[in-house]
Amino acid sequence: MLILRFIGSSALSLFGYLGELLFLMLESVRSLATTPIRWRLALRQILEVGFRSQLVVLVTGAFTGAVFAAQTYFQFHRLSMETAVGAVVAVSMFRELGPVLTGLMVAGRVGAAMSAEIGTMKVTEQLDALRSMGVHPVDYLVVPRLIAMVISMPLLVGECVAVSIAAGQFVTVKLMGVSEVYYVAYMLKFTALRDLEMALTKGFFFGIVIVFVACNEGLKAQEGAVGVGRATTEAVVTSSLMILIANFFLTMVLNIFFPAGV
Amino acid sequence: MSSSPMISVKGLTKTIGGQHILRGIDLEVAQGETLVIIGRSGSGKSVMLKHLIGLMTPTSGEVCLEGRQIVGLTERELLPLRKTVGMMFQGCALFDAMTVEENVAFPLYEAGLRDPAEIHAKVAAALEVVDLTGHEQKLPVNLSGGMKKRVAMARVVVAQPHCILYDEPTAGLDPIVSDSINHLIRRLQKRFGVTSVVVTHDMKCAGHVADKVAFLNEGTIYFDGAFDALMASRDSLIQDFVEGRSGDTD
Repeated sequence: MLILRFIGSSALSLFGYLGELLFLMLESVRSLATTPIRWRLALRQILEVGFRSQLVVLVTGAFTGAVFAAQTYFQFHRLSMETAVGAVVAVSMFRELGPVLTGLMVAGRVGAAMSAEIGTMKVTEQLDALRSMGVHPVDYLVVPRLIAMVISMPLLVGECVAVSIAAGQFVTVKLMGVSEVYYVAYMLKFTALRDLEMALTKGFFFGIVIVFVACNEGLKAQEGAVGVGRATTEAVVTSSLMILIANFFLTMVLNIFFPAGV
Repeated sequence: MSSSPMISVKGLTKTIGGQHILRGIDLEVAQGETLVIIGRSGSGKSVMLKHLIGLMTPTSGEVCLEGRQIVGLTERELLPLRKTVGMMFQGCALFDAMTVEENVAFPLYEAGLRDPAEIHAKVAAALEVVDLTGHEQKLPVNLSGGMKKRVAMARVVVAQPHCILYDEPTAGLDPIVSDSINHLIRRLQKRFGVTSVVVTHDMKCAGHVADKVAFLNEGTIYFDGAFDALMASRDSLIQDFVEGRSGDTD
């Protein structure tokens, strides 16, 4: 009985949470359709979300590509298949690792900042001040961040994948001594434009997940500094988990539109 | 004064987490009138103020602003109504990422004003009113409590609202700044006919600005009348409050 009650209450809170996100999404779509976009704020957010996340994303991509190439080389070398390392690294980075790692890094860096900023505004009555001046918080805070995220995330994913492939090539060719010609030839043979399209599409959706989870946590923050801290933690944990879960479903669906290995 | 009230509240109740904050508030504020709401901490003054512009939704009751019932309106339906009302928050609620000038210019920009020269002139005039000329480029973090209050005041008056709600406008200020804020509230009412609702503990402020006073106690209006009548009241609860008697001994 206790187990059933636990499952029931967990399911209810999950649906309640998803409902909050859906409501925020609908309000944002409504805002996009009916309210002039604050481009100055959106550009400022692009600077914050996109430009200032580059170092984190580039370092993540470079070292993931390097270590992935090295591990793949160690396994493939025993089968004399080391020239295929480039293809494995490129396809994996494009289709899975690039978007997911970028999503997780951006969730940690930007999602936390978004929920902390909006949460602080909430607990210091700055959100009420906005509302009292006839400004909807979704128009002013959520929509510019949404625009910034859907523009920045695919670009960051592209950067992450590019640098990871370059790092993988450096490790395999320069450090392990695999022929560059074969490495590049196999990589190009097994990598197609649809892999890039899948990476960018996933980046786009992960950006949406991060922005709505982070903004929702900020908008409902309560209880002063403790509440803001809790909102920030929840934003990072929830958006990271949602990225990992959504990645599975996106992979299954997007594979229909961008099939692998064809 | 016009006969139709600027603000009308009927049977307003608010329950938060099982706690009854407001228990059936009825009051009216005529156009151009200044109502001061006093009461002990936690008596529901700030909660009531937020209900007047729909920042909080009541459990039951009616709130009419300029003759329009606002309970039941969506957030987006409330936005245009709020543009005619200014609110000065207890903690000032200045946007901490913006300079003083940007904070004061915010309502103008949101009202659709785009001419930088016109915005600058209006901001300069508003800052002059609150005696903050020369502080335009400072961030709120670099201002004293009194200066923050005055910036918040400038941000409210720059939009020339019909009605201003003040939540503890003089709390934490020195007597001289408090006096200047009181004079400013009174001046706005006299010169521009601005309707004001002032929530305060400061009896000097209440005496200076009030046309009438409402004493809120345990979620109900315990007294509603002129300031002089409040001060002359022989009711022990009112006397304890106005004279600041706790009943405790050393």
